[in-house]
Amino acid sequence: MAVSSSASCLRLAGVRYAVGTASSARGVTDILSGVDLTARRGEVTVIIGPNGAGKTTTLSCAQGLLRPSAGTVHLLGEDPYRAGAELRARVGVMLQDGGLPQSVKPRTLLTHVAKLHQDPWPLEDLIGRLDLSRFLGTSIRRLSGGQKQRVALAAALIGSPELVFLDEPSAGLDPQSRQLVFDLVGHLRTMGIGIVLTTHLLEEAQHLADSVYILKDGVVVRHGTVSELTGVGEDHQDRPAARRLSFASPRIMTSAELDGAPFALELDSDSNRAGARWGVPAIASPADLVSLAQWWESIGLFPAEISFEARTLEDVFWEVSAP
Amino acid sequence: MSDSQMATPPHSQPAPAHRRVLAHGLYEARITLRNGEQLLVSLILPLLVLIGLHRAHVVTEVVPGIDTVTPGVLTLAVMASAFTGAAIATGFERQYGVLAYLATTPLGATGLILGKSLAVLCVIAVQVIVLGGAGLALGWSPEPVGLIWLVGVVVIGAAAFTALGLLIAGTVRAEATLAVANVAWVLMGAAGGAVLPLNHEGAGALLLLLPSAALGEAVRGASMNGQLAVLPVLILAAWALAAILAARKWFTWK
Repeated sequence: MAVSSSASCLRLAGVRYAVGTASSARGVTDILSGVDLTARRGEVTVIIGPNGAGKTTTLSCAQGLLRPSAGTVHLLGEDPYRAGAELRARVGVMLQDGGLPQSVKPRTLLTHVAKLHQDPWPLEDLIGRLDLSRFLGTSIRRLSGGQKQRVALAAALIGSPELVFLDEPSAGLDPQSRQLVFDLVGHLRTMGIGIVLTTHLLEEAQHLADSVYILKDGVVVRHGTVSELTGVGEDHQDRPAARRLSFASPRIMTSAELDGAPFALELDSDSNRAGARWGVPAIASPADLVSLAQWWESIGLFPAEISFEARTLEDVFWEVSAP
Repeated sequence: MSDSQMATPPHSQPAPAHRRVLAHGLYEARITLRNGEQLLVSLILPLLVLIGLHRAHVVTEVVPGIDTVTPGVLTLAVMASAFTGAAIATGFERQYGVLAYLATTPLGATGLILGKSLAVLCVIAVQVIVLGGAGLALGWSPEPVGLIWLVGVVVIGAAAFTALGLLIAGTVRAEATLAVANVAWVLMGAAGGAVLPLNHEGAGALLLLLPSAALGEAVRGASMNGQLAVLPVLILAAWALAAILAARKWFTWK
């Protein structure tokens, strides 16, 4: 395959997308307020963020479905909004809502989309990889949510793309199907295909991602490798890694006590009760530890247990997406 | 299959443009002709209207004869597939994101519209064969020369009504498209000069500006007189142009 690994295949620079007009009652609303993002071949780029952060709009601009109000998009070196069939043949798209015709059977759809390409992915291989054979002859409207997701994924891959966009590919999947999908994503990476995906499953994102972009309110608030974001494996003297601290409270803590905490606390147990575990997502220095201990002292709390844990992407996500 | 057994798929080039459009046109035509509701609106209801009006003519002279009714029913059928059928199918495709997905494939927006137009023409060809055949069996005797004009008029009518259907489908919700397209079809068919000719005098003559009346007049002119009805064709072409421009401006993919 003539694919140079780690070459950029998607670059968004200062992409802004606004709806409405200055003269309308609601005025102009920015959905994206200047997104910068780069995805590379042979890598999985994961976009995460709370609902309404602008993930799908970012993908729509990158795919050429929406025209950015400002900024530039380079998809395999071209402007996707003005692109012709040659570029679209090199890109696979799985939309969040599937984009599947309801009255058609999966085999009919996949066979048709394959005809739009000169050298499509061998259909039977794709059927085997995504375990589609049991429902190929059933109308799409009669399929379960997970089955529809797998058909949509197959429709995104049937053209043997160099870059594939997957918007929530694991939504509605049972654990077995989810594994199937993520195994395939891993395989696509080994083939040198660039993968840009959005997901709410942060554990899978942490496992799969080569780079992560966290979006909030239409801007990238943090990005990097999982190691860079969590600090795991990047423990240098000049930039000590943040750690997650977890402690068990021997008693119920009052709202006033919690309000006075020096850091945002996450309740790891089911309720605020005696013995409940609490988490501090990022202890970045001994000074942080001291301020935490001072807070315990001020409220007269001596934790029954304290432990450090490696931070996860989920910790970073909560930290970043907190209001 | 393990990764080592799996041959790396080659990167795809798009199929040639004409093959993409042809493939999509035949794909959509097959879907339409296999859809029971579409068949009901496109073929069975027009066929029932044809037979019903023919039987009614035997009873009363108020209902015109088969030579007037058959082109009228062909007009009704063209509106059913080009307008109602295309609008409803496209409206739900838009709602389910199918249009957006297809726009990201090598087919693209232009190929999608051309493919849809081809599908409409395929379905109309089936309608003309079935309904024309039924009309001939019931005694319809069209002017042979006029059949050439009839084909041209039907193509212009299909363009006008497909553009109108896509305009509605691309601007309002699928449920609203369903309602508007069905009601408009019934009204234009019953009172809009499609099936039965309108009075050419008085205030009612303004209805001749409707696309349904223009198509009906043009099809009847070709079939009954063997001539091209210039004014109705111009009205129809104006509707086609206006609808295409409006659809280009306001149609959204999702």
